[in-house]
Amino acid sequence: MSSKFIFLESVDLLSTIPQYHLVLGTFLLLWVAWLTVKRRYNNRQLPELSNDEVERKIANWQPEPLVKPIEKKYHHALKPKLVSTKVGKRITVNGKDCLNLGTHNYLGFVGSSEIEDTAIAAIEKYGVGSCGPRGFYGTVDVHLELEEKLAKFMELEEAIVYSYGFTTIASAIPAYCKRRDLVFVDEKINFSIQKGLDASRSNVKYFKHNDADNLKNLLTQQAEEENKNPKRAAKTRKFLIVEGIYMNTGEICPLPDLVKLCREYKLRIFIDESISFGVLGKHGRGVTEHFGVPRHEIDMIMGSLDWAVASIGGFCVGSSYIIEHQRLSGLGYCFSASLPPFLTSAATKSLQIMERNTEIFDTLKQKCLQFDARLKELTSFCLSGFAESPVKHLYLKEIPNHADEWELLNLISDKCIDNNIAVIVSAYLETETTPPRSSLRICVSVVLEDVEIEHACQVIEKCTEAVLSSVK
Amino acid sequence: MPLVNNMAATRFRVAFAATQDEDPEISLKNGIATHPAIGNGKLNGYASLASDLHVRKRRVVDTPTSYKSKESFEKISFITSALTHLGFYFLMFLGFVNQLLFTPKVAQEQNRKGYAPLYDQFEVFYLRYVYRRIRDCWNRPISSVPGAEVTLKDRVTHDYGWSFKFTGTETRCINLGSYNYLGFAESSGKCAEQSIQTLKKYGCASCSTRLELGNMPIHNELEKLTAKFLGVEDAIVFGMGFATNSLNLPSLITKGCLVLSDEKNHASLILGLRLSGAVTKVFKHNNTNHLERCLREAIVHGQPGSGKPWKKIFIIVEGIYSMEGSIVHLPDILKLKKKYKAYLYLDEAHSTGAMGTHGRGVCDYYGIDSRQVDILMGTFTKSFGSAGGYIAGTKELIDHLRVHSHGHTYASSMSPPVAQQIITSMRIIAGEDGTDAGRNRTKQLARNTRYFRRRLNQIGVIIYGNMDSPVVPMMVYLYSKIGTVVRTLTGHGIATVGVGFPATPLMAGRIRFCLSAAHTKEQLDYVLKNIEEIADTLGLRYSRKPRDPNPIEYYSDSETE
Ligand SMILES: Cc1ncc(COP(=O)(O)O)c(C=O)c1O
Repeated sequence: MSSKFIFLESVDLLSTIPQYHLVLGTFLLLWVAWLTVKRRYNNRQLPELSNDEVERKIANWQPEPLVKPIEKKYHHALKPKLVSTKVGKRITVNGKDCLNLGTHNYLGFVGSSEIEDTAIAAIEKYGVGSCGPRGFYGTVDVHLELEEKLAKFMELEEAIVYSYGFTTIASAIPAYCKRRDLVFVDEKINFSIQKGLDASRSNVKYFKHNDADNLKNLLTQQAEEENKNPKRAAKTRKFLIVEGIYMNTGEICPLPDLVKLCREYKLRIFIDESISFGVLGKHGRGVTEHFGVPRHEIDMIMGSLDWAVASIGGFCVGSSYIIEHQRLSGLGYCFSASLPPFLTSAATKSLQIMERNTEIFDTLKQKCLQFDARLKELTSFCLSGFAESPVKHLYLKEIPNHADEWELLNLISDKCIDNNIAVIVSAYLETETTPPRSSLRICVSVVLEDVEIEHACQVIEKCTEAVLSSVK
Repeated sequence: MPLVNNMAATRFRVAFAATQDEDPEISLKNGIATHPAIGNGKLNGYASLASDLHVRKRRVVDTPTSYKSKESFEKISFITSALTHLGFYFLMFLGFVNQLLFTPKVAQEQNRKGYAPLYDQFEVFYLRYVYRRIRDCWNRPISSVPGAEVTLKDRVTHDYGWSFKFTGTETRCINLGSYNYLGFAESSGKCAEQSIQTLKKYGCASCSTRLELGNMPIHNELEKLTAKFLGVEDAIVFGMGFATNSLNLPSLITKGCLVLSDEKNHASLILGLRLSGAVTKVFKHNNTNHLERCLREAIVHGQPGSGKPWKKIFIIVEGIYSMEGSIVHLPDILKLKKKYKAYLYLDEAHSTGAMGTHGRGVCDYYGIDSRQVDILMGTFTKSFGSAGGYIAGTKELIDHLRVHSHGHTYASSMSPPVAQQIITSMRIIAGEDGTDAGRNRTKQLARNTRYFRRRLNQIGVIIYGNMDSPVVPMMVYLYSKIGTVVRTLTGHGIATVGVGFPATPLMAGRIRFCLSAAHTKEQLDYVLKNIEEIADTLGLRYSRKPRDPNPIEYYSDSETE
């Protein structure tokens, strides 16, 4: 693919130009040698062992089964809740009509007829799929429009759009962070950042959740170490990766402190604004606007179009110097078909609505605060999460003896659904570096009325009491 | 990592744009390793072709017409390859001079003085002074359905490729670049209509994951239909094909497993393998002899270091290789898989829908029961004109994924209209709509493929791959010819894709044509006429094979059966 054009690190041509003849000569020699031994090599037997032994070893080898039978505790995953309507304000879960507190539809854009009409018009013009990666005739004009719009919305130079939110973050990170680089990350980062870091093979150092002092300690330690070997240190890129609002805790990152540390210790900072984009700040520009941190202090902002924007896909914004690079080395960008045009148009429309209708962010903030205040009153839960965050985690205060926290929460969730309130237990994989604690996750949306919030909280309270008393 | 083949590392780092500060020793080895591999791959393809032919005559009973004979990777003369190398280094040299003399007109990083440089020096040089010269051949914006024809938005550069401006005009081109194999990229008709209906009913997206509140009846319907279509027990779908590979391989393959991966495997597979942490050994492209050798060695020697036996061995191959145009040698690989008790993962991104008389992929093509393949993977981006991917297999396997897959747990669920497009097109392909419209599409694709490939052979250009593969790479070798051919063809209203180093070996630059059932014979004839013309002016008639002097027939219905 075109994108591979630049990655010829394997042939350090510049540095080998003087030695090119040598290399070519060696190569020719090797080639000739290879040709001559090829026939023998083909018939070569495995060394040391006799034929019989080899055959016996092969016959005796028994692989493990492809997959192990599913353990009982996972059976729930085989029957996820079935939603048979649009996932808007009200949804039908397993046949029950519910008020939706479970999906990330913060701005209530799901079901907006304006957005749907745009999407339909796009299908009528471009069809459904794009049938090619961006490099190979998969760049439709609507992609360029969305990228321009995103950059303008965030008041930055350039944006790049991916076709899947998860892959955006997992691809953007290894495009910059390489082996031997040093990446400082919060210990509670979400799974896609974890995967991005795995793919990058960088050295990763975790600091305590939202603890800038802890980060500072790590950085000073690092600085001391670097003093010992300044030459190497000058080549080691250092990054800080945080989330605007943490998916797994609902907390907001202490951005001003982090930025200060970054400048002091020469770190580049990437923020995953999947949740905070289109939520925080007067214009919905996210955590930078919320704290009034100049956006050029941030090297790259990553986000998802899955949640507030109510489409599908992801994006990164920043300076052209940074973003341009991903067009040839963002794996999920280069090697995958582009975002279907109708979803792109839908996202553009959402942004337009956000621009036009900035009160929506204030409304959302009020709803979040209201919810926060009300949820704090619940007796059986402790609430985690920044007050203005639309994602709130409720952890059980006390777990009755021998009861499994996760199971209890599921019982509560089921009971709430029976009572027409859709609340869910956030789904996690056990393979995460540190599996987050089970919680009920509440998502706030602007479409919720005050009475509905009150009612929902009452139902949650009642259902929790009922479930807890039944297991005592 | 003694077993990890160097080639794996090379391809990996190539794909990942890794920096230069890898182990210098490995880098050097790799630098050389790339080259013999090119020679080997091709020589081998050639050699095995010759030797397999007579072996096959005696042995093959259960496979269709000895399929390897349909495959060709013609070797190029020494002069051409030498010229290609020289040309490339000359280009590099010019770029080097250019860099000394002119400052680039690109953005610089602001306010980051004293930070370690973000990008690797050489990468930046290559991007600015080599790739820029043919940058206009990629990322071309379109403003229409990517169907049999496509509308390109014209753009010009006034500064040698540093930047582009739209002229405001558009060019209508015959589209040989998009992966629209069965012609389902349509903005009207049944597919589009039903997708719009679904959009009205379920909206664009659900803002949730499958395990939370994003699981809709349409997803279940799609999974059932996919399983039925492929003839297996169960299937699971995801919103993106790339993610289907990269987010599911880690939950299937764990440490202590060995993966034998084809040299030409797609970046998403390589990424998935990297995330899984398993040991990967790369075998030569489609070379079952090498694969067998790797299998034997692996079982005999066990895990590196400890010598403990491997837990599982996986073979990972693709159905059609999108850069080589080759079709996997599935019957042979299945034999090896059974003999050595390995598991087979088959990525049918390009072949599902496009191959076989029923459009069910390479298993259908070879007449093999698809249940013999342990893990069937494919994407909906190509033949189905939609987006997303699936994994299909036994119920046990899919249940395992429903529980452990990263994508299922954390990524947003598939957009309902996208799912609908797949359902509608799959029903048409399978003939469930009660018409033979689907059958006609698969037939038309097969016919277009044969015709186009034969005609190209007749013209005397070198094309790679299998006679039946709708992906047709035409070799142009020289780096600068890639740009020239793509531009000239666009000038004649033909949109194609060029691929060059390092996506391909250094001296194997190529133009890739993707055929579609939507193409008519007239369109193909027009394209062929133009290729024939430029073949002379640009010197593309590299082939030394005898040419068929008779006119090639565009087959009638009965003959392609
Ligand atoms: C072999 C293979 N696997 C996976 C993919 C990725 O599929 P998608 O474009 O749906 O992300 C591709 C696409 O180019 C491919 O060729």
